[in-house]
Amino acid sequence: MKWMFLALSLAALLAVGACKKKVAPPPPPPPPPPPPAAPTASISVSPASIQAGQSASLTWQTSNATDVSIDGIGAVQANGSQTVSPNDSTTYHLTAKGAGGTQEATARLTVTQPPPPPPPPPTVTDEDLFNQNIKDVYFDYDKSDIRADQQGSVQADVQFLGQHANINFTIEGHCDERGSTEYNLALGDKRASAVKNALTAAGVNASRIKTISYGKEKPFCTESNEACWQQNRRGHLVYQK
Amino acid sequence: MDENARPTFQRWPKKLSGRAPAFVLTFCCLFLISPLLAQDWVKTGTSLGVEKVRLAVADFKPSTGDPQNAALLKTFNDTLWNYLDVSGVVELVSKSFYPLQTPAQPTEVNFPAWNAPPPNAAMLAFGNLGVAGGQLTVQGWLYDVKNTQSPQILGKQYTDVTGDAAARVMAHKFADEIIFRLGGGIQGIAESQIYFVSDRTGHKEIWAMDYDGSNQRQITHLGSISLSPRISPDGSRVAFSALTKSGWEIMMYSLDLNRLVSFPHLGGTNLSPSWSGDGLKLAFSSSRAGAPEIYIADVSGGNLRRMTDSQGPDVSPAWNRKTNAQIAFVSGRTGLPQIYTMEADGTNQQRMTDQGYAVSPNWSPNGQFLALSWVRKYGPGEPGSSDIYLMDIASKQWVQLTHDGGHNDFPSWSPDDRHIVFQSNRSGSPEIWSMLADGTKVQQLTFSGRNTQPNWSWK
Repeated sequence: MKWMFLALSLAALLAVGACKKKVAPPPPPPPPPPPPAAPTASISVSPASIQAGQSASLTWQTSNATDVSIDGIGAVQANGSQTVSPNDSTTYHLTAKGAGGTQEATARLTVTQPPPPPPPPPTVTDEDLFNQNIKDVYFDYDKSDIRADQQGSVQADVQFLGQHANINFTIEGHCDERGSTEYNLALGDKRASAVKNALTAAGVNASRIKTISYGKEKPFCTESNEACWQQNRRGHLVYQK
Repeated sequence: MDENARPTFQRWPKKLSGRAPAFVLTFCCLFLISPLLAQDWVKTGTSLGVEKVRLAVADFKPSTGDPQNAALLKTFNDTLWNYLDVSGVVELVSKSFYPLQTPAQPTEVNFPAWNAPPPNAAMLAFGNLGVAGGQLTVQGWLYDVKNTQSPQILGKQYTDVTGDAAARVMAHKFADEIIFRLGGGIQGIAESQIYFVSDRTGHKEIWAMDYDGSNQRQITHLGSISLSPRISPDGSRVAFSALTKSGWEIMMYSLDLNRLVSFPHLGGTNLSPSWSGDGLKLAFSSSRAGAPEIYIADVSGGNLRRMTDSQGPDVSPAWNRKTNAQIAFVSGRTGLPQIYTMEADGTNQQRMTDQGYAVSPNWSPNGQFLALSWVRKYGPGEPGSSDIYLMDIASKQWVQLTHDGGHNDFPSWSPDDRHIVFQSNRSGSPEIWSMLADGTKVQQLTFSGRNTQPNWSWK
C-alpha cells in the first residue's frame, strides 16, 4: 500500500508540472511610479528655557512639504527661524503637509516667571516709632495732676511729637480697680485731659489729640496690689491710624 | 370688710404715728443716738420699739385634681412666703410651729391651734389653688385668729389663664393686700423692676429683673460697654451711658418700642444720668467743656445747662425725686470724692460727708434720706471696706447698713421707701443684693456673670 501511495503522488506531481510548461507567459506589468517622497519636519527652540520677557529663537526645517505651518504663528516658509517671546510656556507645533503625507514636530519652550523683586529694605513705620518712643504718664491714687517724676515722660513725648508732626493720637485715661465705676470714669477723663493739657502747653497741636476715659473698664493688670494698681493709673498714648 | 375686724388692723397705723413706715420712726430714734452708732455697730431693725404682727402663712392647698396643681402651688407658696418675709412688715411664724391640720377653707380654721402657743399667731393667711379648664383660681383669706367672732380681714379670689407667671402674680397681689392692711397703707413692690449691668454675654449690657431676682432679661445689645442704667419715673425709658465711637454718651432706650431712641451726642465724657421726679429732665456728668461737671438737660437733650464749675471731677447726680428741688452728687474737688447737695439751679452747694471716700448717692422716694456708698476710714492700715450707709438730709446724721465685708456700692431705693438694692462682691464676684432699709433681710438676687449698678424702678 505504501509504495502504491507514493507512486500515485509522484505521478500526480509529474502530471501537473507537465501542464504548466505548456502555458505561454504573459508580458510583465509596467513598474508602478515611485511613491512621492514623504515630507520631513523638524523644529527646535534655543534656548529651551527663558524667563518671561526674554526671547528665544525658533528654527525649523522641512522637506517635501508644500504647506508648512506652526500653531499660533500660522503659515511659514519651509525653512526658517523666528524670534519668539511668549509670556507663558509654549509648545510650538510644526505641521508639514506634502504629497507624501503629513509630518509633525514639536518644540517646547519653557518660560519661567522672573523671581519677585527683592522686598524693599524694612522701613520703620510711624506707628513703630511712636510705640518705641512715646512714654505713658502715671498718676497717684485719686489724682489727676502730673507728678514731678512723670515730667520726663511728658518732655520725651513732646520732643518726639514735635519731630513727627504728622502723627495723630489718642490719650486714654485709666484708673485702678479700687474706686467706684462712675467716679473712676470721671477721674480717667481728668487724667486724659491733664496729659493733653501738658502736651499742648508744650506746643503740641490740640487738633492732633483725642481723649477718652476708660475708668477701670480696661485694666492693663488685674491683680489686687499696688504694683498692678500703679500700672492701671495712667494716661496711655495710642497711635491713631 | 368686717366691722369688728377694723380695730385690729387699724391699730398698727396708730402705733406707727400715721402713715410713716416703721423704719422711718426707727431711724429718727437712731439718729438721736448716732454718735454711739459711729463708734460701734448696734443692731438696728424695724422691730426696735415696735412689735411686728405675728403672721402665720399656711401653705395653700389644691382645690382641684389637676396634675398642674403641685408645681403651681410650689410657685405660689414660695413667692407668697418670700415676699412677705422680705417685706419686713410682719413677723412670719415658723412653719415648724403650725398644727398638722392646716385650713384650705374658712370652715377648716381651728382657732385655738393658731392663736395660742406654740404658733401664737395674731394673723393667719390661708387658702387654696386649683386649675380647671385651663383657668387658675386662687382663693385666699387673712384671718385675725384672736378675734374668733369675726375673724375675716381679707377674702380674695383671683382667676386667670393658668401658668407659672400667673401663680406668681396672684401670690404678689394677695401679699400686697396683706402688707397694705398690716403695714399701715404701704404699697407693695411686687410689680417693681430692677435694672442693672451684667457682663454675662461677654459685654456689659443693660438687664432687667423682677424685684426678687426672677425673670432676668437682657435689654440692650450694643456689644460695647453700657453702664449706669436709670429707669424713668413712668417706667417707659431707661437712660444710661455707653461707650460709642465718639466716646461716652448718654443713651436712651424705650421699653415701649424696644429700641434706642435719640438723645444727642454731646461730646466729651457723658456719664451717670438721673431723672427728675417729674420725668421731664435729666441730670448727668459731662466733660464736654473740659472737666467733668454736672449738667441738666430736658429729656430731649435740649436746653443744656451747666450746674457746677469745680476743679475736681463732678459725677453721679441724684435728684430729690420728691421735691425736684435738690440734687445730690459726687465731687472730688477737695481730694477724695465726697457727697454734696445743691439746689436744682446749681446754688447752695453743700458738702454732706466729712471724710473717707463717699460715692453713689441715691435719694429715698420720701425725700428724707440719702443712701450712699462710703469707705469712712480710708487710708493705709484702715480696713477699707466700702459699705452702704443712710444719711438723714436735714441733720447729716448717718447709719451704716452693711457690715459683712466686701465692696458694697450703688444703693438704690425701692418705690415703697423700705428696701435697698445694691451691688456687693461679698460672695466673691460683684452681684446684686437687696435688703430692708434697716440692713436686715439681705438676699442675693443674681448669680450669673458680674452684675453691677442696680437701679430700682419708681413703682
